[in-house]
Amino acid sequence: MTIGVLALQGSVAEHIKLIKSVNKKIDAVPVKTIDELAAVDGLIIPGGESTTLRILLDEFKLYTPIRTRVEAGMPVWGTCAGLILLANRIEGERSYFGLLDIDVKRNAYGRQIDSFVTEGDFAGMYVGMVFIRAPFITRVGPNVEVLAEHDGRAVAVKQDNILATVFHPELIARDNRIHKYFINMVEESLK
Amino acid sequence: MAVKENKTNDRKLLNRNLAQMLKGGVIMDVTSAEQAQIAQAAGAVAVMALERVPADIRREGGVARMSDPKMIAEIQNAVTIPVMAKVRIGHFVEAQILEAIKVDYIDESEVLTPADDSYHIDKNKFATPFVCGARDLGEALRRIAEGASMIRTKGEAGTGNVVEAVKHMRKMKTQIAEVSVLGPEQLAAYAKDIGAPYELVKLVAKNKALPVVNFAAGGIATPADAALMMQLGADGVFVGSGIFKSSDPKARAEAIVKAVAYYNDPTILAGVSYGLGKAMDGVDVENMADEQRLAKRGW
Repeated sequence: MTIGVLALQGSVAEHIKLIKSVNKKIDAVPVKTIDELAAVDGLIIPGGESTTLRILLDEFKLYTPIRTRVEAGMPVWGTCAGLILLANRIEGERSYFGLLDIDVKRNAYGRQIDSFVTEGDFAGMYVGMVFIRAPFITRVGPNVEVLAEHDGRAVAVKQDNILATVFHPELIARDNRIHKYFINMVEESLK
Repeated sequence: MAVKENKTNDRKLLNRNLAQMLKGGVIMDVTSAEQAQIAQAAGAVAVMALERVPADIRREGGVARMSDPKMIAEIQNAVTIPVMAKVRIGHFVEAQILEAIKVDYIDESEVLTPADDSYHIDKNKFATPFVCGARDLGEALRRIAEGASMIRTKGEAGTGNVVEAVKHMRKMKTQIAEVSVLGPEQLAAYAKDIGAPYELVKLVAKNKALPVVNFAAGGIATPADAALMMQLGADGVFVGSGIFKSSDPKARAEAIVKAVAYYNDPTILAGVSYGLGKAMDGVDVENMADEQRLAKRGW
């Protein structure tokens, strides 16, 4: 199994390290080109700046290949900026992939001084959650499953082969359970 | 007390974490809301708000201070990406003001005129993260001990000459490699030699890396300069005067963003460098008088 991490900008190395920590037999590779994308069974779109990522995705012609793969069933996981790119609607700007039936509001928790760490339930696991200049999910579509909440708001969601988290599991180096959860999704998709 | 300690530790991690989100990106100096929008549209991961870019500070002289909070607020309102701003070395009240207006990152910068000739700001007292310049491992670890959440090379700002940034990045990488092979009995002596706290030197030796993100800064003027710094191991780059002192800032900003993302691909680097127009005017660093060297500021 090969899991790719979109490596245009952001927390790429952190995701690769955690995927490798789950199982040494899984290849975790950076993805920057169409050829590299073709070789992966699942894709993580990491945290970073969504404005930067969308410019680079357009410029290097990765929009259509990623969209086509996800529509064909390839599991994809967006963390923070990745979630914003996957969302159907983004308040105040045009959406990007628009594949995940949620609405988001960027930087809704405030500026860096308002960033925070908390703990909570994610699909039956008690996990640490790191929020950095995080977005709000302001609406969840009927076919979207909520996996985690904070203050009554969805912060992790799943819609078929699409997983998205407002927070950053890749920043908690000692806990790879959410990465394991995504690997299970990829395993299922290969059956 | 335990709760308070946890909160302090959480804050420290969160502040280092924001720098991790900026990796592989370009942080651009801007002097107006309009420039900030150009930077964001070109793909900058953050902007540094300041009144004069380093090249102008160098040319005009005088005391360079923190920017007017009004100007910073205008930039904060104009973009969604993080906004950073500079304070003078040791000027903790300028830092308090930037914290009050919720700047995302504070740069305690040698580009401004130092306010204290002996001490840097006690950055551990602040909830807002700090980035600081360093020429070598000792300087980087002193800043981290004071509470910096991110390091950048000093380079020689406002010169358009990358030689000093290269020197500082190579020095840091060499020293990190050196400490990684030292035995425990040698580490204490090494820490003393470079004037860095022993615990941090031990941590670098164990991880073979700095405990925080390390960007390149000071003299980067072209996409090739930016890619050079990335290939030398920088986590990302700051571009100061290089963009808005060039003949076509928008095109150059876009080109440098692409060069940092694809720093290992010469074909793409050639493409983005093609027909970019005139880079900023450069300054020879080798024959520069000591008092003109901004990198000498900081202790």
